[in-house]
Amino acid sequence: MTTFRLNGREVTVDVPGDTPLLWVIRDEVGLTGTKFGCGIGMCGACTIHIGGRATRSCVTPVSAAEGADITTIEGIDPEGNHPVQQAWREIQVPQCGYCQSGQIMQAVSLLKDYPSPTDEEIDAVMAGSLCRCMTYIRIREAIKKAAATARGDASNG
Amino acid sequence: MGRLNRFRLGKDGRREQASLSRRGFLVTSLGAGVMFGFARPSAANQIFPLDRSLPGDGAFEPTIWCSIAPDGEITVNIIRAEMGQHIGTALARIIADEMEADWSKVRINYVDTDPKWGLMVTGGSWSVWMTWDVFRQAGAATRTAMVEEGARLLGTTPDKCTVANSIVSAGNRQISFGDIVAKGHPSHSFTPEEMARLPLKPASERRLIGNAELKALDIPAKTNGTAIYGIDARVEGMVYARPKMPPTRYGSKVRSVDDTDAKKIRGYIRYLLIDDPSQVVQGWVVVLAESYSAAIRATDALKVEWTPGETIHTSERDIQDRGRELINNKEGGVYIFNDDGVDQAFGSAHTVMEQEYTCASVLHYQLEPTNALAFEKDGVYEIHAGNQWQSLILPTLAKSLQVPESKVILRSYLLGGGFGRRLNGDYMIPAALASKALGGKPVKLILTRSDDMQFDSFRSPSVQRLRMAFDASDRITSMDYQAAAGWPTGVMAEAFMEKGVDGKPYDQFAIAGGDHWYEVGAFRVRALRNDLAEKTFRPGWLRSVSPGWTSWGIECFLDEVAHRQKKDPAQFRLELLTAQGRNKGQAPDSVGGALRQAAVVRRLMEKVNWGKANLPKDTAMGLATTAGQERGMPTWIGCVAQVHVDRSTGVVTCQKLTIVVDAGTVVDPDGAKAQTEGAALWGLSMALFENTEIVNGMPVDRNLNTYTPLRIADTPEMDIEFLPSTEKPMGLGEPGTTVVGPAIGNAIFNAVGVRLRHMPVRPADVLRGLQNG
Repeated sequence: MTTFRLNGREVTVDVPGDTPLLWVIRDEVGLTGTKFGCGIGMCGACTIHIGGRATRSCVTPVSAAEGADITTIEGIDPEGNHPVQQAWREIQVPQCGYCQSGQIMQAVSLLKDYPSPTDEEIDAVMAGSLCRCMTYIRIREAIKKAAATARGDASNG
Repeated sequence: MGRLNRFRLGKDGRREQASLSRRGFLVTSLGAGVMFGFARPSAANQIFPLDRSLPGDGAFEPTIWCSIAPDGEITVNIIRAEMGQHIGTALARIIADEMEADWSKVRINYVDTDPKWGLMVTGGSWSVWMTWDVFRQAGAATRTAMVEEGARLLGTTPDKCTVANSIVSAGNRQISFGDIVAKGHPSHSFTPEEMARLPLKPASERRLIGNAELKALDIPAKTNGTAIYGIDARVEGMVYARPKMPPTRYGSKVRSVDDTDAKKIRGYIRYLLIDDPSQVVQGWVVVLAESYSAAIRATDALKVEWTPGETIHTSERDIQDRGRELINNKEGGVYIFNDDGVDQAFGSAHTVMEQEYTCASVLHYQLEPTNALAFEKDGVYEIHAGNQWQSLILPTLAKSLQVPESKVILRSYLLGGGFGRRLNGDYMIPAALASKALGGKPVKLILTRSDDMQFDSFRSPSVQRLRMAFDASDRITSMDYQAAAGWPTGVMAEAFMEKGVDGKPYDQFAIAGGDHWYEVGAFRVRALRNDLAEKTFRPGWLRSVSPGWTSWGIECFLDEVAHRQKKDPAQFRLELLTAQGRNKGQAPDSVGGALRQAAVVRRLMEKVNWGKANLPKDTAMGLATTAGQERGMPTWIGCVAQVHVDRSTGVVTCQKLTIVVDAGTVVDPDGAKAQTEGAALWGLSMALFENTEIVNGMPVDRNLNTYTPLRIADTPEMDIEFLPSTEKPMGLGEPGTTVVGPAIGNAIFNAVGVRLRHMPVRPADVLRGLQNG
């Protein structure tokens, strides 16, 4: 049995300890916003936050989540209105959308570390998140917009 | 499955019974065991915006394409796959604009298969182009019916009424579409002939078509985890499955299976040998388990021995050599153009230029691995999956299952990327057959990434041979273009092949682009079908299909000719884009012909200050232009790539892409831009970053550890412009892909004088070129 907090609620699962957290979240808990892409931690579609840090859930065993505080795309804002989510809609970032939960989770984490990110910082942090529709130009733009909103920078909003 | 005690909790935390969908089958977002889920029920047939259901009783359905509910909600039925192009929103605008609908009341509904929809296919950048006339007519029919009934309710006649924003007005009296449906009895139905005669709005009165302010209806759900893709489909009592892949695409036979180690995996149920009467899936073993993670592990643990098929040692080189052999043989192939005088022109030519261009195999790597959920209920097999060509795979599934087509239904979901991979629905077959073997029990089959890549229906490697004849004054007198590749349409959809001038069928998606719009004198285009490619793998349609690789040959070769003639490559193209003969174009699809392509090139030259920009050392621009996907649906497009070449490493950096497009009327300006951005970056990725190679009958790459598509840091600055037009809308999902590779190839030549004739361009090739130069 493994117990952790998921989007603010306590969850206990009875699965083998080496089960990837991704499948626990999707198939045991039933939250499907977190996606399966490569299975080896290289595409970023499965990105969640563990203790506030962006983590690839497809290569994280559930046993490592014991006692952890986990957030998924469904949990970053109760109304889905995190500044990053708002910016994603305003800039019309998603195309197929499959990678976008992971992109958003990575971007939220990025803005905690770099409240005013440069292109280079964005490229470095977002490099692990593959977008096969190639929405990269809009991802860059939306991250800057979200940063401006989070700073309360009206002139850049 | 006893451990699964299925219920879910609503957002407010109350326990709800998983409810039956309107069709009476259970598709729910599950919480297993003591878990909870916040996700909404994952019904197929999604409506966007979310939180809406289909209109209930009392809705008026003037055509099969839309309905108006008594509360005024307008539901537009979409038969195209939603895979990133926001196609539902684009098509809904067309019908709603002509209808004079209140956009805030419009919903889009992605439908499941039904013969009434006709051909269900999403590919070729066709969707807007194919739907444009039908949806404008359906909108006009709805508007006509609303005005007729509205006039009656207002006590007047239709000619005294105006209509806007879902409201019919006569003088100072008015009534909404919803009230017309609720209070009146609109019943006017239209025959196709009547619909075709209805007056349509002039372009100047359009409010939704071309409106840049409207947002895509499918985007909000893609920012909060509520969008439901095929991989998210669930049904009560389902088991999970993963295939164990044979060593060759075809002809592998299972010799033995040992599941001793698989049985040690908690949750392992059993394995199944898949015997597919359609012969699409050969030698697959499917492993069943109680969870997908158990299925992954049990499949790894299962030991299977096969007798491999005959292509077990086939390599990419073998396939390309076979292509060369076919091109060198004067017999065979299909002629798309074969003008009189080609042989005479080459026979009497003062000089002949000849080059070979090649392109590597490319994988789709759509981010959502292929998957399907299949079960049987009341004698009907339901397949829940994202798919691009339902009309193609449904008969195959019927054959695999050995049931009539009427006993198979495909339920539509969002696609986690299409790019042509899901035009081939082969991944549904093992799920369906596994379900059949279990007596109709629901089976959710997902391919892992390596499974998906191993059995991708990928872009065939290709060989092009280009020849041009010149007379004594260096005037072009003839062109001979030949290309050899595996034919996806030949393998998967033979009935859709077009006929050459010699009456023989050919795959237009394996030669289009070779049939360009330049004046080159007597022109011959011959398509060769690479049989070894087709024996080895299942060639697929990949974003931009053949124009994604024929343009590499055509546009780089033309540059070579221009340099040989000491002409500016852009000016040289303009001299050839004169719209004579077959290149004049015709209404309604190619009005203006090659002159529109010339206009695109001129605008592009203006934008980049062509030939005048002062760039640093080893940095240069290159230009390429195409007519997009097909001569019958030309999207005139041009690209200038600016690159820098590092002479010490051979690394090519693309600094900027400038693109000009004439796609006729642009229905969704922001979506058009997004599609062109994505398509162009696919082109860049295939030019510099990604390819695979067939080794021992299979693509050698199995994941991102070796397969390296473009990432954010390699994304250049982009400037995209659409030329204003009121001509019929053409496609936009793919044309952006076609121009980038050759623009980069030409820019590399302009930067460092190295001509590269194989795509992708790798640093080692550049270094070799620099050393040889």
